[in-house]
Amino acid sequence: MPDRPHYYHHHDLPRFGEIERGARELAKKFFDWYGAVFSEGALTTREKSLIALAVAHAVQCPYCIDAYSRDALEKGSNLEQMTEAVHVAAAIRGGSSLVHGVQMLNHVDELGM
Amino acid sequence: MGRVLPTLRKQGSPLASGAAQRDLLARTPLPRSFADALRSSDLYPLRPTTIEILQINVGKRCNQTCRHCHVDAGPDRVEEMPRPVLEACLSFLERARIPTLDITGGAPELHPDFREVVARAAALGAHVTHRCNLTAILLPNYADIPALLAARRVEVIASLPYYQARQTDAQRGEGVFEASIVGLRRLNALGYGKGTGLVLNLVTNPVGTYLPGSQAALERDWKRELQRRHDIEFDHLYTITNMPISRFLAFLEEQGRTEEYLTRLVNAYNPRAAAGVMCRNTLSVGWDGTLYDCDFNQMLELPVSAAVPRTIFDAERAALESRDIEIGPHCFGCTAGAGSSCGGAVAVSSAATVPG
Repeated sequence: MPDRPHYYHHHDLPRFGEIERGARELAKKFFDWYGAVFSEGALTTREKSLIALAVAHAVQCPYCIDAYSRDALEKGSNLEQMTEAVHVAAAIRGGSSLVHGVQMLNHVDELGM
Repeated sequence: MGRVLPTLRKQGSPLASGAAQRDLLARTPLPRSFADALRSSDLYPLRPTTIEILQINVGKRCNQTCRHCHVDAGPDRVEEMPRPVLEACLSFLERARIPTLDITGGAPELHPDFREVVARAAALGAHVTHRCNLTAILLPNYADIPALLAARRVEVIASLPYYQARQTDAQRGEGVFEASIVGLRRLNALGYGKGTGLVLNLVTNPVGTYLPGSQAALERDWKRELQRRHDIEFDHLYTITNMPISRFLAFLEEQGRTEEYLTRLVNAYNPRAAAGVMCRNTLSVGWDGTLYDCDFNQMLELPVSAAVPRTIFDAERAALESRDIEIGPHCFGCTAGAGSSCGGAVAVSSAATVPG
């Protein structure tokens, strides 16, 4: 494998479809499902885009952050809404650590006198 | 309003020239040509359907200098449609029985004969549409314009890129949003956008190098937010893609993103949008009477085919309806995603964002 200066490259994102090379049917199922997930439903496409942006930050996927920062703007979201979405992701990540403090308290209570 | 930026013309920018813009676009490497894209959709050569709209660009003078403006309009521009050209436009409108006169600029109301053109076109029975920047009507000596438009049942198509000040001012100039809200309130007060039959449509261009989203979805957001925040109503929202022409092209060049943006437009080519592009039912007239396939070709100084009459003085409908439309890489701006035209999106986009 050639030496690459960075692990992630923005020009790799449009190549996502090449994932079909190893499993065509599975790729087709994934992309069909993906398209259906993001189409207008009980949630608007703009709301789904903001959720995707938040999740992209939670899972720290550079490709998803690139795609959904642009997509959120295209769907009409503004910086304030996008920032709040990222804060939601950050709050859940931070909260998920902190709430495990209850586990720690359980241990402290069990082990202490 | 705040400071007005100098036009490309005033800056002495090479991109003030249509030929220089065409040359830059032609030199930009792209995945395929617009002609090839049309061929793939059985639309080449691109031909008109029927001329339903006569779009006249009455001049390049404007009280704003928006950063995406494809006209490079501004206060320092002096080009103005002279009287004989205006007369020829009205004569063709009547003679060829074109249903709609679309008046654009610059800020069209700054033309000294704007009021008369509106009145005469309406008297001919034409549906008149006015491309309004919402702030020229606030200037001294132009306060009568909204009432005139209402009296002649003129459809107003007004630019407002976003329902918040920051984005709007970033594109159109400091203080423009606040002034635009005043302009919209005046139009609402006359019955525009209120279901009275006086039509007020808004136009949004992306405030950046991305494409516009779904017109229907954005319209819902714009209606809700403008009502909630400012008690403003309107009829429809049109989404228009930023065209890689003039000031937006200069912006792309400054950012080093011309190829990236054009490639995005090429990759978003939508055959359904191509079938509905505005040049198929519109004839565009420049301030000096030269005929163009659209206002974008006009700014690139790319007139209609040499095989047909090229000025409004010798315009002939049948010949013009049989012309081949002049195309170039910029045309991908009208066929990307849901498409784009002076009337907004022309198709429903089938594009889906995939990651991510």
